[in-house]
Amino acid sequence: MTEWLEDGYDYLRDKLIDGIAEVGRIAMLVGDTFRKLGRGLRSFGLVVDQMDHIGVQSLMLVFIVSLFTGAVAAVQAGYQFANVVPLKFIGSVILRSVIIELGPVLTALIVGGRVGASIAAELGTMRVTEQIDALDAMAINPVRYLVVPRVVAAVIMLPMLTIIANFIAIIGGWIVCVTTLDVSTHTYVTSMKTFFFMKDLWSGLIKAFFFGGIIAWMGCYYGFRTEGGAEGVGIATTRAVVSACVLVLVSDYVIANVLFRFIFAS
Amino acid sequence: MIKIRDLKIRLGKKQVLNGVDLDIPTGKTVVVMGRSGTGKSVLFKNIIGLMHPDSGSIEVDGQEVVGLREKDLNEVRKRFGVLFQSGALFDSMTVGENVGLPLREHTKLPDAEIAKRVADRLEWVGLKGVEAMKPASLSGGMRKRVGLARAIAMDPAYILYDEPTTGLDPIMSDVINRLIRSLQQRIGVTSIVVTHDMNSAYHVADEMALLNEGRVVFTGTPDEARTTSNPMVRQFIEGSSEGPIKP
Ligand SMILES: Nc1ncnc2c1ncn2[C@@H]1O[C@H](COP(=O)(O)OP(=O)(O)OP(=O)(O)O)[C@@H](O)[C@H]1O
Ligand SMILES: [Mg+2]
Repeated sequence: MTEWLEDGYDYLRDKLIDGIAEVGRIAMLVGDTFRKLGRGLRSFGLVVDQMDHIGVQSLMLVFIVSLFTGAVAAVQAGYQFANVVPLKFIGSVILRSVIIELGPVLTALIVGGRVGASIAAELGTMRVTEQIDALDAMAINPVRYLVVPRVVAAVIMLPMLTIIANFIAIIGGWIVCVTTLDVSTHTYVTSMKTFFFMKDLWSGLIKAFFFGGIIAWMGCYYGFRTEGGAEGVGIATTRAVVSACVLVLVSDYVIANVLFRFIFAS
Repeated sequence: MIKIRDLKIRLGKKQVLNGVDLDIPTGKTVVVMGRSGTGKSVLFKNIIGLMHPDSGSIEVDGQEVVGLREKDLNEVRKRFGVLFQSGALFDSMTVGENVGLPLREHTKLPDAEIAKRVADRLEWVGLKGVEAMKPASLSGGMRKRVGLARAIAMDPAYILYDEPTTGLDPIMSDVINRLIRSLQQRIGVTSIVVTHDMNSAYHVADEMALLNEGRVVFTGTPDEARTTSNPMVRQFIEGSSEGPIKP
């Protein structure tokens, strides 16, 4: 009985220490990224490549997901409003839920899946094939050369993708409104205009900025720590995506609290 | 001149290096042999600071490199060319970009000059005109040679070769051996070759060192290695599973 307890205790203690060490290592990677930021930005070509990879190549996916997100938001609002709230408010509800929440979070989740996985797989492969050692051996800092461009590209592209996603989602909502809900374009737009607040848009974009950092850092971190061949790359990829998505949702809550309770509280 | 003294490193539960002493004289090629898993790659990674020893000292041209800050370590690294076991080419780049990378990163040479130097180094390793190819479309032997071209792009004073001939056919092995020899004669480079290919070792070595159980148990010229009565060396050279080295 006591042995069983001891084993359990050891297990929990090891897990706890591992967890703390992991957080520490991630913090160190983030710190290193800031230290190498200046030198890293000098190779701007690398950032542009990543912007293409992270941003431009995600456009199609973002387009499809947003269109349907907006459409679903409209269908749901139409159903929930029925006989309770006049449908002339539907535009503002779609607008605000999209720009504050749905746009940034769904964009981050799909880009997190796509880009987080590809960063982790790429860097993980580089790790197990000694390419990262080779960079170090050539006196090229891997954080500067690999992490900085990815993080910078992601924090720029995520807000941009979010703006596009917002726009497409609103169009998706509009299509549903005019085709099935008997709401005119004029009503839809007027309602959006009346209840549009700049801080809503800002809050979404600020979130997107942080989400971009989370996705790139998780991909890079698990990529760098890959060990043991192809299997290790697979594990790294999974961990990067899962942790990016979880952290996106957790930080969404934290950032929303900070923004709406303190900064935009008035 | 590289001087390694009492180098120790523990990885996981295993004391991989347990007091390595080794000298690599300037202009010479020293071959480090040893069974798979004796820590040859670990030794090699310690020399260029990819791994850090628990204790001991590594001096390069009189400068201690153990415990050096990254900035100073990088200055030392720029004097080294490294050929990794698998070539370690960047597969997102073409062959030309691979070979030119250290030049683009560390020199202010204009692009035309870099292209010239890249073409030149590729010619040295017998691969003219492959600049535009991607590493994925090269054979194993070609990758090693491209890796070597990259290693010598900056005219290093030292070259580290990690198993340069492992996994190559005998003819390609000979090509690589000759390249190692000719580089030594051509640019007077000091080399460390890590290998367990005895043929290659005899071909390129000025001196041989045998690593076993975390220590250097023998050093000597190839002739001395052939004639020594050291049982570990005998066993290793003869490739026997019976003897003081435990299989
Ligand atoms: N990062 C690491 N963490 C833990 N153990 C390691 C690490 N790297 C190497 N080792 C262990 O150190 C020992 C020596 O490994 P090393 O790669 O240096 O062998 P080697 O002599 O180069 O073998 P080979 O000829 O097969 O390349 C092995 O037992 C290996 O398991
Ligand atoms: Mg090895």
